[in-house]
Amino acid sequence: MPTLIEQARSNKPAAASILPRAIWPLLVGLAIGALMFYVIGPGMGDYPSKIVLIAGINIILAVSLTVVNGFTGQFSMGHAGFMAVGGYVAATITYYGSMKLFGSADPAGGVLSFTGGADKPTALARWGDALFIGSCLMGGVGAAIAGYIVGLPSLRLRGDYLAIVTLGFGEIVRVLLQGTHEQIQPWRVEDALAKPVYELAISLGGPKGFQLLPTYTTLFWVYLFVVVTLIICYRVKNSSTGRAFLSIREDEIAAQAMGVDITKYKVRAFVLAAFFAGVAGGLYAMDIGAINAGDLGFLKSFDIIIMVVLGGMGSISGAALAAIILTILPELLRNPPPVWPVGLVLIALIAGVSSYRKRFRWKPIIVIAIASTLLEVGRQIALSKGINVADFRLILYALLLITMMLVRPQGIFGIHEIWEILPGYARREAARNGARGGSQGGKP
Amino acid sequence: MTQFLQTLFDGVTVGCLYALIALGYTMVYGILKFINFAHSDVFALGVWMSITIAGWIGIGAAGEPVPPWYMGVLVMLLAMGVCGAVGFTVERIAYRPLRGAPRINVLITAIGVSLFLQNFGQLRWIFGAYPKAFPTLLGDQTLFSLAGVNFRLSDAAVIGTAVALMAALQYLIFRTKMGAAMRAVSFSPRNASLMGINVDLVISFTFVVGTMLAAAAGFLYGVKYGGQAKQTADSMWVMLGLKAFVAAVVGGIGNVRGAVLGGLLIGLIEWFGVAYLGSQYRDAYVFAILILVLLFRPAGVLGKATIEKV
Repeated sequence: MPTLIEQARSNKPAAASILPRAIWPLLVGLAIGALMFYVIGPGMGDYPSKIVLIAGINIILAVSLTVVNGFTGQFSMGHAGFMAVGGYVAATITYYGSMKLFGSADPAGGVLSFTGGADKPTALARWGDALFIGSCLMGGVGAAIAGYIVGLPSLRLRGDYLAIVTLGFGEIVRVLLQGTHEQIQPWRVEDALAKPVYELAISLGGPKGFQLLPTYTTLFWVYLFVVVTLIICYRVKNSSTGRAFLSIREDEIAAQAMGVDITKYKVRAFVLAAFFAGVAGGLYAMDIGAINAGDLGFLKSFDIIIMVVLGGMGSISGAALAAIILTILPELLRNPPPVWPVGLVLIALIAGVSSYRKRFRWKPIIVIAIASTLLEVGRQIALSKGINVADFRLILYALLLITMMLVRPQGIFGIHEIWEILPGYARREAARNGARGGSQGGKP
Repeated sequence: MTQFLQTLFDGVTVGCLYALIALGYTMVYGILKFINFAHSDVFALGVWMSITIAGWIGIGAAGEPVPPWYMGVLVMLLAMGVCGAVGFTVERIAYRPLRGAPRINVLITAIGVSLFLQNFGQLRWIFGAYPKAFPTLLGDQTLFSLAGVNFRLSDAAVIGTAVALMAALQYLIFRTKMGAAMRAVSFSPRNASLMGINVDLVISFTFVVGTMLAAAAGFLYGVKYGGQAKQTADSMWVMLGLKAFVAAVVGGIGNVRGAVLGGLLIGLIEWFGVAYLGSQYRDAYVFAILILVLLFRPAGVLGKATIEKV
């Protein structure tokens, strides 16, 4: 009779099957990134593809915050602080790195860069993007270290105290970054080369922000990171670590009683989330070509929190969807399109599916019909009076947040992923578990 | 020496304002155990209502003679009344349905209310999106100087009103029937309701008192600093409110005397930091103090440590 530990060891997958599972997300990411870069980006034009790019960065931020606020149930309000740390670290490395490597702060090009490698030294063309990706990862590491430093002491605190401390941390980061020295301008390369590294690391532009950064970020890199982030977070959710996170969220004392080292797992959640926020910060800085800690205060943290709360506290796909919607929404509100075609399609879809499944439902249809009528009326009023609806964006968000907490406090998708609430999921999952030989819930 | 005295004096004046705001945070926390994030926006609302009401009455515009002091008091009382009504409405609509919900949900709602108040005030029909000048409601005269430090009328108004309000609150909480009910609800809402106390009424009352204090602080802020009041969605208000919250935590949240002590401490620390260490890290001092206090004395200076029960 093998002991429990031996059984567990024998369940460990073979080494040969780990490698492909580790690599396929990267391949998928490369494929989606290339698709975005070659097909969707050029097909949509400059401005829409910029919004798609920002949506990607927001997805990374929202999904990473889900790890802390959703899975682990800790309320962090300093996510923009981690983003700022990562962004500044990445910006410093690329900006001064470009100066040191290429003798100029311009993007050094690369195969997939917008700027192309044509008018840049071809021998180093590929090194530009290597520097950029390396710097984003280093930004992530920097933010993760910050996450560790914040996480370790503040995890003695609970609930709203933790929220305030993380908020305070974000503000301290902002104040410190705004207190740095002036940056060395791009045309004074020899000054930068003459100065020691530690002095470069504190010459970050101060209150004016770190400007004139090389703009390396493209749709390709953003969506590569998006896919990697999504898959890592999804796998974490379903791993033993993720189960520990969820148990802490449900009941800390019970989790501790079951042998979960809550401090360790809380720090892990913080570090993981901070890492991705740092990467997103790097992408953000090198997309705009400037980063200013003043823009990354608690209002930015609130933006990310709204995405997480809206999508569902603990749902990766929900947070990603909310990030996309909340990025596109202000653009849509600027010139609101008619809503009723979408409503009609939804009604037809629901009617079709529910009559096919022999359980016709009136309630969702009526709700959608009323909602789209109201939206259409509002749109007509706004159009006829010449009111710019985008001005009301933040009021709408605020009302959305309050209504959400009153009506559906767990967010749209709760802790479930989107596909888990689709009809038939439970049946399929049961069938799959049955095929694995599980005996839970089966009839004897 | 002059610099030291001036800093001390500035610190105490600002500390009084922080203390007034912190009282609202600490009262709500003491009873409902959640951070009322919208409190800093009520403070901003106090400033803006003072401007609007003074405009309606038609006093204090630039170039006009300074109105008599009781007009200033009238403006303050009206602003307090309006903000109290706002506080009551917010509690009734947004917070009461969440009684008994997880704290995080209430916190998110509070953030939502805060965002709503900020951006609603920005609308063209409410306060507008541009800074406005605060009316001159008090003469700019120096009462006396001590070792080179000028003691102005506005400072006297700030400190005097703040002390009077705090004394009134002290009386309300420890000497009246309503105060006893508030303390009972803070101790245990369930037991209080078993003793025949109308818990919802007490909570509403607490909210109204807290928001009125914040409105008074807003008025005093305007009188002291005057000049241009920033628009309601300026992060400066949230920052001031957060510092007041830090004051409440440092003093021991839920403890009324602690809030006053914390307010003065935070005001002094901020001003001495600015005067002797440099002004660019101004916000960092306050939050560094917060983190230190939470690490070494999580219940605050005057707070009692609570034991976690399963």
